[in-house]
Amino acid sequence: MTIPAAAAPRTLYDKIWDAHVVDRQEDGTCLLYIDRHLVHEVTSPQAFEGLRMTGRKVRAPERTIAVPDHNVPTTWDREKGIDNEESRIQVDALDRNAREFGVVYYPVNDIRQGIVHIVGPEQGWTLPGMTVVCGDSHTATHGAFGALAHGIGTSEVEHVLATQTLIQGKSKNMKVEITGRLAPGVTAKDVVLAIIAETGTAGGTGHVIEYCGEVIRNLSMEGRMTICNMAIEGGARAGLIAPDETTFAYVKGRPHAPKGAQWEAALAWWKTLYSDDGAHFDKVVTLRGEDIAPTVTWGTSPEDALPITARVPAPEDFTGGKVEAARRSLDYMGLIAGTPLTEIAIDAVFIGSCTNGRIEDLRAAADVLRGRHLAEGVRGMVVPGSGLVRAQAEEEGLDQIFKDAGFEWRLAGCSMCLGMNPDQLAPGERCAATSNRNFEGRQGYKGRTHLMSPAMAAAAGVAGRLVDIREFAAQPA
Amino acid sequence: MDKFTTLTGIAAPMPLVNIDTDMIIPKQFLKTIKRSGLGVNLFDELRYDRDGNEIPDFVLNQTAYRDAQILIAGDNFGCGSSREHAPWALLDFGIRCVISTSFADIFFNNCFKNGILPVVLPQDAVDALMEDARNGANARQTVDLEAQTVTASDGRSWSFEIDPFRKHCLLNGLDDIGLTMEKAPSIDSYETQMAQARPWV
Repeated sequence: MTIPAAAAPRTLYDKIWDAHVVDRQEDGTCLLYIDRHLVHEVTSPQAFEGLRMTGRKVRAPERTIAVPDHNVPTTWDREKGIDNEESRIQVDALDRNAREFGVVYYPVNDIRQGIVHIVGPEQGWTLPGMTVVCGDSHTATHGAFGALAHGIGTSEVEHVLATQTLIQGKSKNMKVEITGRLAPGVTAKDVVLAIIAETGTAGGTGHVIEYCGEVIRNLSMEGRMTICNMAIEGGARAGLIAPDETTFAYVKGRPHAPKGAQWEAALAWWKTLYSDDGAHFDKVVTLRGEDIAPTVTWGTSPEDALPITARVPAPEDFTGGKVEAARRSLDYMGLIAGTPLTEIAIDAVFIGSCTNGRIEDLRAAADVLRGRHLAEGVRGMVVPGSGLVRAQAEEEGLDQIFKDAGFEWRLAGCSMCLGMNPDQLAPGERCAATSNRNFEGRQGYKGRTHLMSPAMAAAAGVAGRLVDIREFAAQPA
Repeated sequence: MDKFTTLTGIAAPMPLVNIDTDMIIPKQFLKTIKRSGLGVNLFDELRYDRDGNEIPDFVLNQTAYRDAQILIAGDNFGCGSSREHAPWALLDFGIRCVISTSFADIFFNNCFKNGILPVVLPQDAVDALMEDARNGANARQTVDLEAQTVTASDGRSWSFEIDPFRKHCLLNGLDDIGLTMEKAPSIDSYETQMAQARPWV
């Protein structure tokens, strides 16, 4: 379908939206075509069961990609099967559904298996200008390619399976610009935590965020995925970054990326995917890259993020409902207001997740750990985001660096990011985590999570407490 | 999906802000392959101690609120994951309406797919309804979707906005998939055009 040149300047979001409208009702509600539907075992069984009960088929199985990730064991003996009966039933159900309905499928024992949001880009399923959905809020990750990507509920999973479309009202446009340069030691994770600290977890509600500015342009695809991954943590439905040469270089040659003449045609369209000059944004937030420090969370909401140089805040530092929420967070986290963040001792380190489980993340953590060891009493776990990330890391010898530093080197999965498998924190255990949510109980019942970058998490493991990577990195190993 | 027209019932006050989906239904209950039976685990870690005993302070454990059908909650209710288990658990417990100053997008969407009405009201209205709900089982509130109003037990009433299409579906208990299937010719035609325009997709 040729989209007529619109009179008004459009945002990147507007352009992708317009290119996918199948039907528009009088009230503005649209039927949006979905190019890629990613599926995992937790949010899909009821949807497939719904199809079965109504005698419906998957409309576009070749656009539907299934991979188990949340429940899979990450231990090296996982081929013996899953101990937990419910987890096993769920993974078996995905296996049965994927085969019965004929969708693309990467089973547990496939080297390409991994976290769905790492597998999609890695295999070239995620391309610029696409619409991508998955029954998982971190679908926002794929926005790094300039794809409109967001999480949906299971009823919507069933709707997409049956119709390859989604009923949608259009969101508002929000721009988050990060100007200038990042200081050494400051990473994409610090940037996104700083953004959420600024906007709050509801700051993006009802909006699609486009991240732009020199800092974003200079990020690798891995870094951009980290930023977009946490768009949902800022309340936004989706995060977007306009595709550029960095994007095209990442996509080119991937198994499901276009080839030959189709590549050229695709590239020509992808190069039109940017916000026009003068396009309207309903909300604009600007941060200076130079102002962003290595950032960690202290509480139980991702907005509870502060520079590592700060102190634990007091409830009185807040207003409204946040006063009580902060009091509750401090109690849950076992922290006392006024404590320097660098004096918070930790018990565990988790490196992995769809936020920070890619090769670049593992390299950053390994760089810190080379020649160093976890502090006494601290346990560490590295869970690569996919089987291919693991293989790449092993080829580079990163696994040995982690093992020498006292970390467990695991197989791919969601793991301790949400602890649906046995990888969990014990009650009261405090963890430096590269994942995306510090909610109560997220990593395990009464577990305490501090979110941070891979380098900061690795350094915290060595020091046995939260540390400022800028000071830590200056010291000899 | 059950219709939602008018509801008069007990409202439970939960003034906490940022009540996330992990609080509404913790991960260990996402392993089900069914939609039903999650009500007993709604707010599990707030509601029970490690041994499975009820925590008496928690609002839904108090006699007055055990049959609550409405939840009055702090800002940004339902933030976090896309798990539809959250509205499934609310519905299975008996909650048909949640009132707050704001909701997370995906949770908000998921409510409509399950016959739950999420109502957004300004802070002063939510504060007043929260106060009213503190009066317990005698303070029954009424939510009228057709009229788009919430009425407190003392008769004070507030209007709310709702998307007309969503209102229509909720009032009539309509199944989205059935509605979209009727548009199959439009989807066919879009796919044909796309096979030409963007064959690499």
